[in-house]
Order: sequence, then structure tokens, then C-alpha cells
Amino acid sequence: MSISTKFLRALTFGVAAAGLLAAGPASAKVEGDTIILGSAISFTGKYSTNGIHAKNGYNLGVKRVNEMGGVMVGGKAYKLKIIYYDDESTPLRTAQLAERLIKQDGIKFLLGPYSSATTKAMAPITEKYKIPMVEAEGASRSLFTQGYKYLFCVISTSEQYLASSIALAAEIAKKNGKKPSSVRVAMAFENDPFSLDVRAGVMDDLKKFGMKAVIDDKLPRDLSDMSATLTKVKALKPDLLLISGHSKGAVTAARQIKEMKIKTPMIAMTHCESAKIIKKFGDSTNGYLCPTQWAETLNYSGAAFGTAGDYDKLFKATYDGYKNVPYQAAQASAAVLVWKDAFERAQSFDTEKLRDALAATNMKTFYGGIKFSKAGNNIAKPMVLRQIQNGKLNVVAPSKWASHKVDWPRK
Amino acid sequence: MTFKQKQLALYGILAVAGIAAPFVFPAYTFQITVMWVMILFAVTWDIMGGQMGYNSLGNIFFFGAGMYTCAIVQIGLYYDVAQYTASYGAIKVDFTPEQYFTGLVLGIIAAALVCVVFAVILAHVVFGLRGPYFAIGTLGVTLSAGELTGAWEYVGGGGGIALPVFPGEPDDRALMFYFMGFGLAVATFLFVKWMFSGRFGLAANAIRDDEEKAEGMGIRTMRVKTTGFAVAAFFLGMSGAVFGNMIGFIEPLEVAFPSVTFGIFMVIMCLLGGKGTLWGPVIGATLFHAFKEVTWTYMLGWQWVMLGGLIIVLVVFFQQGVLGWMQEKWPELFGIEVDEGAIATALAGPEIDERPHRGEAAQ
Amino acid sequence: MMDNLSLLVQVPVLNIQLLLDGIFVGSIFALAAYGLALVWGVMNVKNLAQGDFVIMGGYIAWWLSIDVNIWIGMPAFNFDFLWISALHISTTAIPFLEFMKPAIHPIFGLPVAVVVMFGFGWFIYITIISRVIGKDMFTSLLATFGLALVISQLLNLAFGPEVQVAESGFEVNSFFDGMVTVANIRFISLILAGLLAAMVITFMKFSRMGQAIRATAQDPRAAKVMGIDTERIYAFTFALNAAICGAAGALISMIWVIQPFFGIAHSIRSFVIVTAAGLGNLPGVIIAGLGLGVAELYSGFVFGAELQQFTVVGLLVAILVWRQIQQSRHRQPVQ
Repeated sequence: MSISTKFLRALTFGVAAAGLLAAGPASAKVEGDTIILGSAISFTGKYSTNGIHAKNGYNLGVKRVNEMGGVMVGGKAYKLKIIYYDDESTPLRTAQLAERLIKQDGIKFLLGPYSSATTKAMAPITEKYKIPMVEAEGASRSLFTQGYKYLFCVISTSEQYLASSIALAAEIAKKNGKKPSSVRVAMAFENDPFSLDVRAGVMDDLKKFGMKAVIDDKLPRDLSDMSATLTKVKALKPDLLLISGHSKGAVTAARQIKEMKIKTPMIAMTHCESAKIIKKFGDSTNGYLCPTQWAETLNYSGAAFGTAGDYDKLFKATYDGYKNVPYQAAQASAAVLVWKDAFERAQSFDTEKLRDALAATNMKTFYGGIKFSKAGNNIAKPMVLRQIQNGKLNVVAPSKWASHKVDWPRK
Repeated sequence: MTFKQKQLALYGILAVAGIAAPFVFPAYTFQITVMWVMILFAVTWDIMGGQMGYNSLGNIFFFGAGMYTCAIVQIGLYYDVAQYTASYGAIKVDFTPEQYFTGLVLGIIAAALVCVVFAVILAHVVFGLRGPYFAIGTLGVTLSAGELTGAWEYVGGGGGIALPVFPGEPDDRALMFYFMGFGLAVATFLFVKWMFSGRFGLAANAIRDDEEKAEGMGIRTMRVKTTGFAVAAFFLGMSGAVFGNMIGFIEPLEVAFPSVTFGIFMVIMCLLGGKGTLWGPVIGATLFHAFKEVTWTYMLGWQWVMLGGLIIVLVVFFQQGVLGWMQEKWPELFGIEVDEGAIATALAGPEIDERPHRGEAAQ
Repeated sequence: MMDNLSLLVQVPVLNIQLLLDGIFVGSIFALAAYGLALVWGVMNVKNLAQGDFVIMGGYIAWWLSIDVNIWIGMPAFNFDFLWISALHISTTAIPFLEFMKPAIHPIFGLPVAVVVMFGFGWFIYITIISRVIGKDMFTSLLATFGLALVISQLLNLAFGPEVQVAESGFEVNSFFDGMVTVANIRFISLILAGLLAAMVITFMKFSRMGQAIRATAQDPRAAKVMGIDTERIYAFTFALNAAICGAAGALISMIWVIQPFFGIAHSIRSFVIVTAAGLGNLPGVIIAGLGLGVAELYSGFVFGAELQQFTVVGLLVAILVWRQIQQSRHRQPVQ
């Protein structure tokens, strides 16, 4: 052994100093006239496309609330501000950042991360510290079966994503004089918590209609090719092709469906808008069915942003490069509005009172109704199904919201 | 004070600092716990990489294997794992405190044992490979393990597993995991120190210097290598079990088998501190973790670029690591007496054996 | 799995589709792997940034293929130095030059990618690689790993994390009643890959530089004695590798998709191919490359897409173990 006291003492000091350096400023939950929200979200890594959409949505929400005079609590107007960390799209990082937000930065009001995987890592921690979190991007049903009390989610849960396309397929089969159970379904889902949960929902629906899954592939993380799966599709000629793999999966699928001239009469995929596939692949995407949490054509409206259409315009004016506003951004803005509403109803910064206020949320926004079930998911808003028709996304189901008829078979 | 006493005093100071840390900096408990795990990573990597010259890129395999073994034991004791991990959360689970702790303890033990078994099996597969092929082969093993686990439906595949929730207060939970991480790191360090203080250390270094000659001298190289690998696996497996529970949610590619993050970090940390030494990995891990936390906080968006840059600079310009550099700069700190005139003679003379120099174990 | 196998037997024409797709993409893998074999063989550098060079080439081709508004000037600067708000610095943007870059077809982007990557490779050689040559083998692995991190993250910062595609806009041909489709761009990329490989091989065989490279690979000291500037040879070799990767990347962006973090998968593919083929075995590299492309597609088809990535890394381990068994009789240390 050859280390002397001096050296180790220096080391100890070094470590302590490094620790202090890492500490930086410890902001409080409310600083002066600013309420500080915290979020760990994906700026890099596999979810970052949508992570950035969500961040834009959060920022627009904050900007709008501040422009409108901020949040009124106890007769005083507070501004909103968000502290962000990058979770690198990995639950590993999310868990650490949750601790950091809560323990170091003293954040008491959280906005959710992007994706079910990271939300799943976050929820047990916020729950333990009894810190309320309003999340807008984690749709997995498993989040709402664990009895979490401090988790509130403004979006519809994942089993609803593709349910209406399956119902639509059954309807069309009936119309063509066939039994719904004769519909053969091909599925390609990414191997991650969100898509696997969507898949679980699809499996339930298939059972309900007695349909048969002829292909059930799980796409790997570093997916850049799905021609093997699509070759199977070609051979088996299913009636319905379902794809879910965040933006990456949608782009890969759209390109190869075009290149391999896949003739499946019905194709439904998640994340069409955020992947910008219409811009990238033009006419070849006509006829795709895209489930969406929100559409700018729906006649929702609320105080902060006006109608869904107004939000759409404001968003496009604020951020460059969006041909369609992804619903990931809209729901993030909605989450900020939920916080504002809860602060004003609770008239307090006490997390327990805020939790109760959040649980009692019942509001109308540009994003649709928001009302939480006991489990914390939003039950006041349906998912809608849009179809790409001549380069435009038109709502085709459910019939209450439909503005256009579905094109079948797709061209 | 003699050198021995000084040493004891030092260990005392470090131990006290380690125990006091979570009470002095309660807000940082989580980060310091991660730091201990990082130290454990670096120390275990150094067994093979530094002391025996087998530069593995796949040690993180044992971390993931331990994590999943522990999870399966914890859940399997009381529920059906396949149902528990079903992606839509088919069953709501509740663990009593007793069930939680039994599961955790048994899970950690199982993780350690299973990893040792894996190590012995793998040893026969990878130790025939030399040089770059060994590094690439071990990386391949880890990557395959991640992909295979992702396709294994019983453990939820890519959907991952949410582990049982600690029954107590969040602060108690943080403390418990802190002391688990701290204890494991200390145990690993002491064990490795003891292991390399005897014949085993000499055999290991002989393998690093020239495996063929070592074999010729009658050292059972395969046995030594397998033992080293198994020791690393034993501790890494336990660390994986603890870490998985601390994170609370595990999934194969990012959390359990993070081959291009933690898997490479453990190598970098050893290099940073100085590989083939006892303290090098510890110092390297500490500095690396501090650097990482700082850039992750203040260089948001650029953190990975900074990290990549650090790795390049380190590897290209700073090969001997912090410890090697310090030994050169201030040899007197390391109990090395510098006699300028005698250096040449010392280099040739037998006294050199009593002096640690760069690249050799400081025992 | 058995269903999928029997499907292949029942509809044998599917084999043609899988084989063709495998060969198309395999030819690109082989191209990148050839570059790796070159630097590995000549200068004993194991380049873990190989895949990131590929992706970088892809981004060059993609970026050229879209309309971009180019803006050169002083950017707006708004920066809190660390957390010290007293050091808050901010300026407004001052444009020097602004114009609209027209879209260039990605096929023409390919030579640009080659040239840019050649220069980039030379730069990387001078700054990094020249300092790790001759050090122990692990050094080059780690240094290039750091490089891979930096490249992928800079690409992410520059172009965003979205998956990108360079659209060729070419037709797709159908055969066997639509059961086999060949996008023209895939066919063209195969021809281009072959052409490039032929050019590189001719260059290595007949040109003065190529001969010097081969001489250096055989014995650097002897080459030096003979008056060859080995330092320049190394720089050229590494730059050539980067250029080959750039070409491969441009092709990949046209037939697959690119994303800043896809580099590592391509690096691993290159390592699999080179390990399987052995160094300096050019026909081996081509066969292994095509074989890997086909193997990936078949495993995706038979075992399901979830095991498609596993095939690549699993094959790597299997090949290493197999070679080990093969060599165990006449065991000798590898450097």
C-alpha cells in the first residue's frame, strides 16, 4: 500500500468540492413571483423527436399562461417557469433526475417525461415523495393499475390508440358481407413499453371480434429496416396492417411500404404526424389511418388558447418547420393548463391541496375535456382516427367526430 | 505514525466520510449511491482489464444478469412472473414488508450465484480470444444478452419490469440503498485488495505480462482467469440487483445491459484513474462521476459531446491515468523516496520490487 | 417460426425477395467493412466510429437532397456562464450571407459525401488517430469510441434526432405478380457499391499510392527504409476509409433510414464482417458482407423482427467461438 494521508485527505476534499460544485443553485418551488415546474424529458436518444415536440408544447403553454397574466393565487399573479433535464430517453436517467428535481431543486410540481417507459420509472418516485405530476406523454395502461395517487394524465390510454381502426375494419368487413372474424391482421410493434401496451390492447380487441393475428413482429430498438416483416405481409396478404413504433417506426414503415408496394387495403400506424410522413413520402401515404389524441379540426375550445384551430395556428406561428402540429405538443400544453387551473382552484402551493384540486379537475380546453378517473387517466376525451386523404389528415372515426368518409381500400 | 498506522487512519477517515455522506448531503444521497456503484464497476473491471490485461467490453453483462435474476426471484417468490410483467399490468401487486425484504435479500444472493455460474460458463467461451477479439467478443456477448432479454416474453421483453416498491418512507429507502451501494463497494474493494495481495495477484500480473511464459512457469492461467472473472461477476451481479431495485423500473437495453454507456464507462474510469492499480479505479470513478454530473447539469445538450471529448483526450494524451501522473509528479506522496542520482541504479536494481511504479499493482 | 419456414417453402418466390434485399444492403455493409479491414490491416486501428462515419456520409447526402436556407453570420448569443448570472452574455444575430441552397439529387450527393468525408478522415487522422497508432490495441478502440460519441451527438445537435431519408424518387419494379419488388434505387446502389469497390481495388493494386499502402501494411519499418512516408500513407489510408464510409452512408440514406444514433449498429456490422472474413481477405469481406445482409433478412423473416439485431451480434460471437475452436490446435498469441 502506498498512498499517504496527505493524498487521501486531498482526495476527500476534492470529492466534497466536486459534490458542492454539482450542487449549484437550489431553487425553491416558488421563487418570488415565479412558480417553478420541473420536467425530465428526452432531448436526446430514441424518443427525442417527440420529446422535443412535448417540450415545445410545454413552453408554449407556459408562454401563453404568462402572457395572459399568469396564475392567480391568493390575489397575486405568479409566472410559470419550467426547469428541464435531459433524460436521454432512458428510464435509468429518469429515475435519477426525478430524485434530483425533487430533492435538490426542491421542485414540488412536476410535468411528465416523454414515453411510457420513462413515466413508469418516474411515477413510483413521485408517488413516494407525494409530489403531484401531471403527465401528457405516458399512455401505458399499466401506469393506471398500480393505484398511484399523485399521477394525472391528460391523454387517453394506449389501448385506445388502435381500437377504432380495428372496429372500423370489422365494420367494413360487415359491409362487404363478410364476418368480422374473417379479418386477418398483421402487427409490427416496437419492443418498448408503449408499443407493447398498444399491442396488448389490440390483442384484446382481436379476441373480441374473433380476428386472427397472422403476423406479430416486434421491432428492435435500432430499427432501420423492416423489409423482412413486410415480405411476410406480402405473402400473407392480411386485411389490416397495424404499426406502432414512435416516429422512427412510422418513417421506416412508410418508406418501405412505398418501396415494396404493399397492397394491404387498410394500414394504421401511430405517430404519423410527429414523423412528418406526408411531407416525406407524399402521395404514397394516402389512405393510412392515424390514431390521434387530438386534431386541430375538432371543435374543442377553452379559455387559454381558444379553439383547437387557434392553437394550431399559434403553434405554427411560434415554431418553424411544422406542417401539422403533433398531438404530443398539444397535450403538453394542455398539461400546463391543468396545473394553472389546479393552482387557481387550490389557492395554495401545498402539494396535498394541489393533489386534491388536480383530482377534481373538470375543464374544457382546446385539447378537449379533461377530467381524471380515480386512477388518474383522462376520461373526458376520446381518441380519434384520422386518414391521410390527398395529403390531408381528415377525421374518419368515431362517427361523432368524423368529418370525412373513410377511403377503403386505400389507394 | 508508521506507514501502516497512517493507512489505517486513512481507511477510518474514508469510512466515516462514506457513512456520514448521506446525512451531511441528504439531497445528494442518490448521486452518491450511484458513485459507489461506479466505483464498484471500475474496481471489478480492473481485475481483468488492469491486472490481467484482458480488456473486456462486456462486463456489464453480469450487471444486467444480476438485475434480472434478482427481479425474477423477488417476484417469482410470490407471483407468477409472466403475469406480473404482462405489458398492460394485468395484476395489481402488493408486497408486505416481510415479503419485500425476503425477496430482496434472496434476490441479491441469487444474483451473485447465478452470475458466478455465468462467469464460469462464459470463461470457456471468451478466454480463448486474444487482444481485440476478446474485447469485441465480450461486447458481442453483452449486446446479444440485451437483445435476447428483449425478446423474452416471460420477463416482459422490451416492456421491462416495475420492481416491488419499498414499503417505508422515501428517505429510509434512499438510505437503505445508499448503504447497500456503499457496503458493496467497500466489500469489493477490500476483497480485491486482499485477493491481489497474495499469490493470485502475482499470477494475474504474470498473465498480463506474458501469458505463454506464465503458463510455462506452471501457473494455471485458465483457473486464474476464471477466478478473476467470477469474482468480478459476483460483485457486479449484486450491484445489478441493488441498482435495479433502486431505479425501480428495469428494461433490457437501457437499464440492464447498457453496453455503450456503463459498459464503456467502467473502462474509461479505470483509464482515468490509472489501470492496474488498486486506487486508480476508485479515483477514476469518483472524478468521472463528478465530471458527468456537472456536465449533465450545466452543459445540457452538449453533455455527451463533452464526455466523448473527455474520453478522446484521456485515451490519447493521458494514458497513465491520474494516479500514474501523480506518481510521476509527486512520488513522495506515494511513499516513494526520490533519490535523483539513484534512479538509474534503482531501475536496474532489485529494490524496484518494493516500489510501485506505473502499471503495476500498488499493493 | 415453423409457420414462417413453411411459408418460405410454399411461396418460394419470397426467397428471391429476401435474397435480393439482403444482397442490396449487404453490398453496402461490405463496402464499409472493407474500409475497416483497410485501416485495421494497414495501421492496426480498430475503428469503432466506422458506423458513425457511415451515418455522417448519409447526413451529407440527405442534407444536400433537401432545400435548406443557408444562413451564415454571427448567431444570437445568449449564455449564462455556468450558474453565475453576473456573467450573462447576450448579443443579437448579425447575418453575413443568406441564400437558398437548391436540392441536389442524393446520387450526386454521393461524390460530395466522398470528398467531404475524405477531408474529415484526414483531419481526424492528424488530430486523433496519429497519436494512437502503435499504442496498445485497446487504445484505438476506446479513442474511436469517444469519437463515435462526439460524431453522433454533434449530428444530433446539428440535424435533430429525427429519422431521415434521402428520397431518390425512382420507380419501383414489380416481378412475379408483385410478389417481388425491386426499387430501382436499390439496384442502382448495388451497382454503385460494386463500382466503388472496383475502383478502390484497382487503385490499391495498380497505383503508386496503393502499392505504398500495401507495402506499409506488410512491414512499416521496411517501407520507411525504402523511402515511403508512412505517416502520409497512414493519413491517406484513414481518409480513404472515411471516404468509403461516406459513400456507403450516402447509399444507406437512399435505401434505408438514417438517424444520428444508428452508427453503432453499422460499426458492429463492419466488425462482424471483418472478423468473419479475416484481414486482407477481400473476397471474404464481400462474401461475408452479402452473407450478413441475407442472414439479417432471413432471421427477421423466420424468427421475427425482434431477433433481427440479435442475429448480427449473435453471429459475431458465434464466429469468434468457431474460429477459436478452429485455431485451438495451433494456438498462438494474437499480438
